Amino acid sequence: MPAVLRRLLADLLEKGLVDAVLTPRPAPGGGNLAQALVDKPALLADADPVAPVMPVQSARILSALTAGGAPYRLAAVLKACEVRAAVELAKLKQVDLGRVVLIGIDCLGTYEPNDYAALVAAGQDPTAHALAAAAAGAVTPLAGAAFREACQMCEQPIAEGCALSVALLGGGGQALVSGAAELLEVLGYPEAPEPAGRAVAVAALVAERTATRDCMLGEVRARVHDMDGLLAEFGRCIRCYNCMTACPICYCKECVFRSATFDHAPAAYEGWLHRHGALRLPADTLLFHLTRLNHMSASCVGCGVCSSACPNDLPVAQLFRAVGREVQALFDYHPGRSLSDELPLAVFREDELGDVAR
Amino acid sequence: MAEDFQPRIIAFLCNWCTYAGADLAGTSRLQYPPNVRIIRLMCSGALDPVYVLKALLEGADGVFIGGCHPGDCHYQNGNYKARRRVAILKKILEQTGFDPDRVWLRWISASEGRLFADTMTELVETIRAKGPNPLRGQWGM
Repeated sequence: MPAVLRRLLADLLEKGLVDAVLTPRPAPGGGNLAQALVDKPALLADADPVAPVMPVQSARILSALTAGGAPYRLAAVLKACEVRAAVELAKLKQVDLGRVVLIGIDCLGTYEPNDYAALVAAGQDPTAHALAAAAAGAVTPLAGAAFREACQMCEQPIAEGCALSVALLGGGGQALVSGAAELLEVLGYPEAPEPAGRAVAVAALVAERTATRDCMLGEVRARVHDMDGLLAEFGRCIRCYNCMTACPICYCKECVFRSATFDHAPAAYEGWLHRHGALRLPADTLLFHLTRLNHMSASCVGCGVCSSACPNDLPVAQLFRAVGREVQALFDYHPGRSLSDELPLAVFREDELGDVAR
Repeated sequence: MAEDFQPRIIAFLCNWCTYAGADLAGTSRLQYPPNVRIIRLMCSGALDPVYVLKALLEGADGVFIGGCHPGDCHYQNGNYKARRRVAILKKILEQTGFDPDRVWLRWISASEGRLFADTMTELVETIRAKGPNPLRGQWGM
């Protein structure tokens, strides 16, 4: 971890700005990282918030720690998509940002957790590689490895709207802390100019990712443009609900798919059998994905943990991003951009959508 | 074959307006095609898209949602919320290759029995022209 970032986390605790820090740290047993809640500066020595891996969507962790109001002041180091998910969850009243200092760091890409562990086991240092590439203004995986597909097409790698931001990209190896003036004053950090190479590096990365996004989403659209294509792509779904469990937006405590609503009586299957002649089981897999699209795609932040969680490698994230973008465009909605953007399904305009109903 | 096709339509009707409008159509002895199966709801805004999707995936040829006219919702604004949900649902159906025009959202009040009967006639004939739901032939989703 860059010394600047380690000092920042320790300063936040030692100068009494927060009572605890949420940051990735090596998991017990090594080989991977886990989010850790830390209140002793000494235990931050091996924190690694830059590491190119996202074992869980930390917005879910933030929800567990703050829903209904955090009992203590908390600083959370999050990647850009985790910040966006936290903002969405705050609007959904599942996260309370009142006593939270969000620290956004430039996202240097993430590997699948198992790939990350394999790289570490092979003696590689993914964090050092990521920092070296970022210093030169690039976000690239280690030779022979690949980032998660959601990261390859992520055009929003820079966290926006955080109380503090840590710039890594294009800084020539320097990490720059910027943010709210009152925090910087207590921390004793001087206002520093943005590194000269940063704007160019960010613009180049965003342009490259946008092109990749359009290409990947175009491919998934071509494959899933009709029901036969959708069935072909999602025919391997075993309805394990991993995608829903990992998704930061799917927070409902009483999800319709966890309820008994679709626990059909044996006689119901018999009725369908006679009507269709054959019955695909488990039933309702397509219903599950189409319903989840209806329920959460307006707030989909594109983090891709759904795809990472899928045991059968279904293109869940690609489909949800492709369709989610169209849904969001209906209301010119940008998930995670701002707390003041209203959730599309929480508000309405009297004068809108005249073509939908009459 | 085409003449034999009888569309199966599932209609979700608001208790306070369209359901009463359907009742008025009946008590007024207005004729409309018998292809519509009505499910009564307390509000169009109470309809989770999951039930529309379930009907379509089970082979319903069309789904109708009837709510109160804008400004007339018994619960202030449920119909406006229904409109947003249906807009999203139709966009998702379109994006996944399913004809969004098989789902209709219409405002019909308790006094509009004639409009209800006419709308059902128009809907059934529109769906009849479209033909059966392509998912009917699938082996159960």
